[in-house]
Amino acid sequence: MTDVGRHPRITLHTLSEIKDVNGYVGNFDVSILKRARYVDENECTACGDCAEACPVIRPDEFNLGLSSRRAIFSPFPQAVPSAYVLNANECLGHNPVVCGKCLEACDKGCIDFHMSDKEIVEHVGSIVVATGFDVYDPTELDEYAYSRFENVLTSLEFERLINAGGPTGGEVLRPTDRQPARSIGFVQCVGSRSAKKGGNYCSNICCMNTVKSTLMLKEHYPDMDIKVFYIDIRAFGKGFEELYTRSRRSGVHYIRGLPGTVEEDPDKGLSVAVENTATGNLEIHHLDMLVLALGLKPAASTQRLQEMLGLQLNPDGFFLEAHPKLQPVDAATRGIYYAGCAEGPKDIKESVTQASAAAARAIRLMHKGEITTEAITSMVIEEACKCCGKCAEVCPYNAVTVDVKKKIPASVNTAACAGCGTCAAECPFDAIIMNHFTDGQILNQVHTALEESTQEKILVFACNWCSYAGADYAGVSRLQYPPNVRLIRTMCSGRVDEKFIWDGFRAGAPVILVSGCHIGDCHYIDANHWTEKRVKKVHKKMAKMGIRPERLQLEWISAAEGVRFAEVMDGMEKLRQSVTPEEIAETVQLLKE
Amino acid sequence: MEANVLAHQNGDVAEKPRIGVYVCHCGLNIAQTVDCAQVAEAAEQLTDVVISKDIGYACSEPGQQEMKDDIMEFGLDRVVVASCSPRLHEPTFRQMVQSVGINPYLLEMANLREQCSWVHMNAPEAATRKAVDLVQMAVSRIRVLQPLEEETLPLTQKTLVIGGGVAGIQAALDLADNDYDVVLVEKQPTIGGTMAQLDKTFPTMDCSI
Repeated sequence: MTDVGRHPRITLHTLSEIKDVNGYVGNFDVSILKRARYVDENECTACGDCAEACPVIRPDEFNLGLSSRRAIFSPFPQAVPSAYVLNANECLGHNPVVCGKCLEACDKGCIDFHMSDKEIVEHVGSIVVATGFDVYDPTELDEYAYSRFENVLTSLEFERLINAGGPTGGEVLRPTDRQPARSIGFVQCVGSRSAKKGGNYCSNICCMNTVKSTLMLKEHYPDMDIKVFYIDIRAFGKGFEELYTRSRRSGVHYIRGLPGTVEEDPDKGLSVAVENTATGNLEIHHLDMLVLALGLKPAASTQRLQEMLGLQLNPDGFFLEAHPKLQPVDAATRGIYYAGCAEGPKDIKESVTQASAAAARAIRLMHKGEITTEAITSMVIEEACKCCGKCAEVCPYNAVTVDVKKKIPASVNTAACAGCGTCAAECPFDAIIMNHFTDGQILNQVHTALEESTQEKILVFACNWCSYAGADYAGVSRLQYPPNVRLIRTMCSGRVDEKFIWDGFRAGAPVILVSGCHIGDCHYIDANHWTEKRVKKVHKKMAKMGIRPERLQLEWISAAEGVRFAEVMDGMEKLRQSVTPEEIAETVQLLKE
Repeated sequence: MEANVLAHQNGDVAEKPRIGVYVCHCGLNIAQTVDCAQVAEAAEQLTDVVISKDIGYACSEPGQQEMKDDIMEFGLDRVVVASCSPRLHEPTFRQMVQSVGINPYLLEMANLREQCSWVHMNAPEAATRKAVDLVQMAVSRIRVLQPLEEETLPLTQKTLVIGGGVAGIQAALDLADNDYDVVLVEKQPTIGGTMAQLDKTFPTMDCSI
């Protein structure tokens, strides 16, 4: 930690959050909101005189409320930066008439009540997302009575209790009477592996964290009665089984079964009822303290960041990697990498490993000092352009410029163009060519797909990043769906031109599906809004012409939704079966006129 | 250039392409469900296809070598690989064609594994029909593909690390020690994250800070 603080190449912004990210791989513009610390970071020597003078007492977050701190404080002794921080919401001194005691106490004059939040802009080439996790809140699991009984603690609270630098100096004392606990129970999978409450995934670290805690307890208190209530112990990593065996040998009781109820005894001890699934007996265990091994959940900031950076999430809510085996560190967006629990629950060793991998991947991208641009960009046929300005309006990257007043034809900034193809789809004059996904290239696929057994075919357009990946995921999961689906890949659903749909129906397609990323998840910022508008427009036209609008479907399918992809395909097949040959012939006739 | 542009908007074939089609077995991943030889035979009948064959593992070294040899021998200028998802091996095959002088954008893939053999395991005949269609679609597309060039742009050799827990710290240090500038952004008043709250950590049972 201290290495970060003094490294000449690292600029550290604490109390800071990302407000906005613009640009593209190699050249991102990041705006950062840096909140006021009210203490000069460089001048403060962390002497602590200010905190001594401060009259405001608040629960200490670092110790999870098991101790208190002042309104001006250092989070913990080894904090980096070591400077104190003032919580303006708690401080009385914003009105110096009321307080201002810390100001007087600080000899160096580091405290400044008038410091304000700052917006900083940084220009970077790559981004590592290492936003970590939040722990599960066990209050909803009423059977464990976390909110009712003080002697039921979370694993993180227990960490602070047994920590030599913690509120009790490492003594494991019961919160109710501050007496040493003689017996402790641990409940595993709290907020993990449950279909009902919390996550349905394994949080990866809680088994070993509990094993570690039992070993520490046995080291400090060899006679303590320790019980672990579990479903199964997952000690899968290097050296893990050894620790688990050591814990068992040292006399820790492992009981297979999770508690059904927890009740408080008159002496504030706890009666824990559990069905021991190894023996089939209902057992009541009397314990001084109960520790809930909390699972991990995605950090609260995940969704906002996901939207800002155009990333994807797993069904669990953690960030989705570009490929689970071959690109486990990369985001699908070039130049963005994941490290640590942001990508999924993992222990310290795995976090460090992934972080080093992320750094190596970022260096691999940056070391040449230049970057090859996307070749799949759009271009304008100047003589066909009528300067209507539609392309500039729809481009999510402002990569197209056109002067509507002076009638200067559109031009594309290829460095800024990301290649979604929305401009080409929206241009009313066919004046824009989307390279590698031209009208001609896609229409060839449409016509070939519908050449034979046309009325049995389901024509699907899928965007590369979400729906096509979702189709791949259905394959990886071996989900079976009707084999008459013919899928055409575009980079973005925004590329799906009206004429692809009309041509499909004209060629006799019974049903057509347009699929893309969920709204808000579009890889090209918000290009799929145009898909939605366009499909609505086509629906209206279909209704007007007397073609059943249901025959054109729009679905948002993410990269992680393999199951949904297969379900949508089943739904499309049902829909296709409702379309009669007469109906198709009528449509073909209508569209030929 | 302009004539070319219009030609390709209309889907015209600019010159007489020479296309090679390779239908990959992927061991049994594809071949167990799809009749790869039949798919290759069907593709051979298509316009502009000069050579079409099925192949054990297209991505393997011998597989790639076989395709490269064919490209040289038959003067192929476009290649369709019908194998797994382009999201997996498109870069591999683009590099392969590029190494023998073909523009990487004149490579097209048909997804016979993730989107055919694996999802229609109980319907081998229908899967084979679909595979034929997918290869035909790929050939119809590749006939009108145009070579593309990538440009190079300057890049900022600096990384933003969001989050100052153990992962963010490690990534920042590794980058900085390799002489890259790092901006490390942390929401809290200090870095350290959850790790700083732990006393001992497994499996080594030592201090975390």
